[in-house]
Amino acid sequence: MLRYILSRLGQSLVLLLIVSFIGFAVLTLAPGGPLSQFALSPGMTQEQIEKIAAQMGLDRPVAVQYFDWLRHLVVGDWGTSYRDGQSVLHVIGSHLFATLLLMGSATVISVSLGSTIGIFSALRRRSGFDYTMTVLAMIALSIPTFWFGLIAIYVFSLNLGWLPAGNMYTVGDGSVLDYLRHLIMPAAVLALVDVAIWSRYMRTSTLNVINQDFVRTARAKGLTRRRVVLKHIVGNSLVPMITLAGLQLPMVLGGALVTETVFTWPGMGRLFLDSLGYSDYPVVMGLLMASAILVLIGNLAADLIVALIDPRIRLD
Amino acid sequence: MTSVTTNTPARRRFLKSRALRRFVSHPLALIGLLMVLVLTIACFLGPYFLPYDELFIDLRARFAPPGTGAHIFGTDPLGRDIAARLFHAGQISMAVGFAVMIIATAIGSVVGVISGYYGGKVSAVLMRIVDAFLSFPSVFLLLALAAFLQPGPVMIALIISATSWMEVARIVEAEVKSLRNQDFVQAAHMLGLSNRWIMFRELLPNAIGPIIVAATLTVARAILLEAYISFLGYGIQPPLPSWGNMLNGAQQYLASAPWLAIVPGVAITIAVTGFNFIGDGLRDAFDSRTQGH
Repeated sequence: MLRYILSRLGQSLVLLLIVSFIGFAVLTLAPGGPLSQFALSPGMTQEQIEKIAAQMGLDRPVAVQYFDWLRHLVVGDWGTSYRDGQSVLHVIGSHLFATLLLMGSATVISVSLGSTIGIFSALRRRSGFDYTMTVLAMIALSIPTFWFGLIAIYVFSLNLGWLPAGNMYTVGDGSVLDYLRHLIMPAAVLALVDVAIWSRYMRTSTLNVINQDFVRTARAKGLTRRRVVLKHIVGNSLVPMITLAGLQLPMVLGGALVTETVFTWPGMGRLFLDSLGYSDYPVVMGLLMASAILVLIGNLAADLIVALIDPRIRLD
Repeated sequence: MTSVTTNTPARRRFLKSRALRRFVSHPLALIGLLMVLVLTIACFLGPYFLPYDELFIDLRARFAPPGTGAHIFGTDPLGRDIAARLFHAGQISMAVGFAVMIIATAIGSVVGVISGYYGGKVSAVLMRIVDAFLSFPSVFLLLALAAFLQPGPVMIALIISATSWMEVARIVEAEVKSLRNQDFVQAAHMLGLSNRWIMFRELLPNAIGPIIVAATLTVARAILLEAYISFLGYGIQPPLPSWGNMLNGAQQYLASAPWLAIVPGVAITIAVTGFNFIGDGLRDAFDSRTQGH
């Protein structure tokens, strides 16, 4: 078990190294570069720009910059934001909670709703319900998340006035109820796509379990249908879902970014866009790395949980 | 030579095959095909039937709601006809979608076939790169690239392709790996055919079914991604319209002019749903295993 975890961590580190290389190469090779924002200031001369470049170490060869950045990254020094001079880790940390809250709430909605739909679709395969859900899932996968957010704001905030159109809390309020009122709409919008994906996977997984011997045995023993479904089918078909939840993480994170932009939710996605607007390279790189780390931790956690609850799976 | 080709196990003449028959008897696939066809015809022929040019600015007719005079979908904040812009934008958004499909499928096929054929260290390196690309949200990389590069339709298509080729690579790699020790490949080796011939003429065609499915779904994905980055202002730049950049700025007029947001969004949803339906139909047509489900 320990050996497995260590080898997985090793693989994750290699992946992170490649991610860091891709990210750094992309941002460094793109025209403009970190200095372009200074060049726009009025009265800026070429000499001043060169001076700034020297101060920031941007006049060194790209390879040197990369390894220097990487060395600091490893010891927890992710650089400072060009915008306000705060440490990148601190800036990302202060936006992490909002994103995790949004992703977590959306996942709760999509797992419970999606699994239920998937199980019923599988149990009543080829019924009207099954076909309707198949079509609805594909339409849900095709609606642009950000546009669905706009429509939700139009209906529920502007027309009905039930929910706030954006932000995470009302200034001066900040009670749990206030947070919830702000959370419902972005979480539901983000969950839409995941409910669709989750119900499809759950349907397939349930169909695989239904045909297995132990289900037939359970039926043959004379257990009630209710008991067979709840104890034998649902439990076993949920196991592969945990792995899928891990693999689905980049999509949920990407979706959270998209949702945050429409609902002015103060999370990592909002921060990413703001940093792009300011050409704040250290924060942009930091966010790329942070999202990769989140995804890799999520995948590892998913595999470990599966190994813990399913005795058929051995990790070596 | 001929005998080698005909012995290839899964090289299907899919135009005459059961796959095509299954596809045309798939109701969703046909609906999807219809949606895409109608939308394509509307986008390419529609502009000829409209009295307004997509760039014609009429400041007296700003924010006209749909149905005002000849403005069937209303006008935008500059008084431009939304229908004219929508059709023109559709040409661009769908062209970007198809360009991404071709580029991403080509990259993915080459990476996949090389990795699957040579195996070993080559495969390890290439597939780790695929994993790395998959281990963070592609939207992040996409936005970073779009923000720092000069966005034009060609550049946007290239950037989206750079974040969309991984699935095809994985599919092709798995397929080629499973076939590379089969008899027909051995025979090709003995005939003295080059590695390149064996990879692209003997092995790759076997994965054509899954590749076509993935390619169709890539069009849908590319249209969604283009819409999103253009919505944020980093994609296709005005005055060139795209479905995404028509939505840019729609949020601030949501209360007074909701049609600015509704009309392009519905067009995107129809296009993406159409391609997803087609992809689903193709998947069922090519994959005999889904028959039972």
